[in-house]
Amino acid sequence: MLLDVRDLRVEFRTRDGVAHAVNGVSYAVDAGETLAVLGESGSGKSVTAQAVMGILDTPPGRITGGQVLFQGRDLLTLKEEERRKVRGAGLAMIFQDALSALNPVLPVGDQLGEMFTVHRGMSKKEARVRAVELMDRVRIPAAAQRVRDYPHQFSGGMRQRIMIAMALALEPALIIADEPTTALDVTVQAQVMDLLAELRREYRMGLILITHDLGVVADVADRIAVMYAGRIVESAPVHDIYKAPAHPYTRGLLDSIPRLDHKGRELYAIKGLPPDLAAVPPGCAFHPRCPMARDVCRTDVPPLHAVADGRGSACHFWRECLRGDER
Amino acid sequence: MATSAEPILEADGLVKHYPLTRGIVFHKQIGAVRAVDGVDFTLGRGETLGLVGESGCGKSTVAKLLCNLERPTAGAIRFKGEDITRLSGRALKAVRRNIQMVFQDPYTSLNPRMTVGDIIGEPYEIHPEAAPKGDRRQRVRELLDVVGLDPAFANRYPHQFSGGQRQRIGIARGLALRPEVIVADEPVSALDVSVQAQVINLLDRLQTEFDLSYVFIAHDLSIVRHISDRVGVMYLGRIVETGRDAEIYDHPTHPYTQALLSAVPVPDPAAREDRERIILSGDVPSPADIPSGCRFRTRCWKARERCAREVPLLAVPAGLREAGGPAAHDSACHFAEPRQVVPPEQARP
Repeated sequence: MLLDVRDLRVEFRTRDGVAHAVNGVSYAVDAGETLAVLGESGSGKSVTAQAVMGILDTPPGRITGGQVLFQGRDLLTLKEEERRKVRGAGLAMIFQDALSALNPVLPVGDQLGEMFTVHRGMSKKEARVRAVELMDRVRIPAAAQRVRDYPHQFSGGMRQRIMIAMALALEPALIIADEPTTALDVTVQAQVMDLLAELRREYRMGLILITHDLGVVADVADRIAVMYAGRIVESAPVHDIYKAPAHPYTRGLLDSIPRLDHKGRELYAIKGLPPDLAAVPPGCAFHPRCPMARDVCRTDVPPLHAVADGRGSACHFWRECLRGDER
Repeated sequence: MATSAEPILEADGLVKHYPLTRGIVFHKQIGAVRAVDGVDFTLGRGETLGLVGESGCGKSTVAKLLCNLERPTAGAIRFKGEDITRLSGRALKAVRRNIQMVFQDPYTSLNPRMTVGDIIGEPYEIHPEAAPKGDRRQRVRELLDVVGLDPAFANRYPHQFSGGQRQRIGIARGLALRPEVIVADEPVSALDVSVQAQVINLLDRLQTEFDLSYVFIAHDLSIVRHISDRVGVMYLGRIVETGRDAEIYDHPTHPYTQALLSAVPVPDPAAREDRERIILSGDVPSPADIPSGCRFRTRCWKARERCAREVPLLAVPAGLREAGGPAAHDSACHFAEPRQVVPPEQARP
């Protein structure tokens, strides 16, 4: 197993109390595999990734438990200096907003080259050559000329390619992409996702794709972990979950998206709002919005039940859900 | 949604150019950003027209023009037959009452220092004839109820609400003056998936209840299909293809529409393998430097010499007119031909 996150817990201390952003998340990714972490804002999907990468803002954030095993080593016990060596060479991250993730006053070539001078001890000249190669690799036209340009001189899609190039620079074993195409238009999104998939195959990298878009997940993922209020509520191979979701939240999400291939009638809408993380409802966090909720849901936190081989659902009534009851 | 023959809103050769100038003392115009460059459409009473396109295609500028927030460089906007771009003073105010806008970002479009009641009631300050002073509080409470919020919320401030609730407040404000047309610019794109459906259903319900006509502007093609009777696809300041929703989605004839539709990820992993993807090369050209002839030709796989020379008109292509059927709708392409890019509907379990 390339990455094995076990029972990770993260909280934020704020003026308004403690927000439990991640409450015991476990997931694993193998080499060459794509795991999609699906969730809405506040579900804890990005915070989990930040904790894995070691870029969580502490304080106010605090990791209160769990393990992050990367190639067998627990990253949470490493010294910052050692972690920095793992970042970039072992695992790398692609952010949503390339404009704020890149340094605006440094040419992109210098930013790419830095990966090689810092991690590989190359000279500036060698690093520049490698930077041009990388830009070519992610299909930025006229890379040799554009290597001196600044981030603002590139379009959104091109900037996102530079982010991908930077993540790829040291050929990491795992890439975490946090909403990599959310800020992009559909035609550009297709270009970027295609590129990412191709590079992942070529380098046999593991990929964690963090997204809220069920369409993107269906297109690229091997497995999905659905998050709600800091927990994984369902995890399954991608084909199974779309065919028959085993958690009412997943089912609600799938039913609530309008379709491109036909004009539906009224959309199914999950009632209510995602919970405030400082006051997560007792029992199952989804129960106030759940059409299947009963008494036990208000008191007992459901564990992740094994639904089938490689499938789990954190719902007391996963059997009923899987059958499609009370839809 | 019934569509009557009588149009309530018409855009006729709508153009909006923003001048690009150089020099501080002597402004010299060196060019123009052609944000909207000749847009025509009609909106029937009770109908929803969806405008889709990628960023920079001019769809938001069209929204501003329709609400008279910007004056067009050329062209006319007719509300019930009357050109509203030439109006001023009292006549303009009267028209504005009838065309209201719902904005994209529920976080910045509500004044954080005003209570929700004051925000929703503010239109009455500008149009006092719409409701006598004594009735206003009651009206605001009714509006909150209509959009599915507790009328007691009138004394709260915007920050006490979630994104979806704020968008409901924005919709209530848009409804305050009982307009006939609502222009909604990306009204759900800032919302979470589970909340999006609630707001879309609300817009659907209000349309029937108040006999509203919508211009619905969005980049999400699935949402536009769900809510629209007719759809216009925009590219670089022009509508390149328009028709009823099934004509556009199931029988697109313009290469740009085909590429756009084929790029939308479909939430069905089974469709992954057998789906044909048209990946466009390059980026959208700058609206300050629009290609000659067909503006899509720089990214089009069908482009030939004629496309650089002749601007294709938005009309039913000659080759498709005789055949009739759903492929015979307006498409601004010299080489228009139907191609199915959205996989046909699959029965869901």
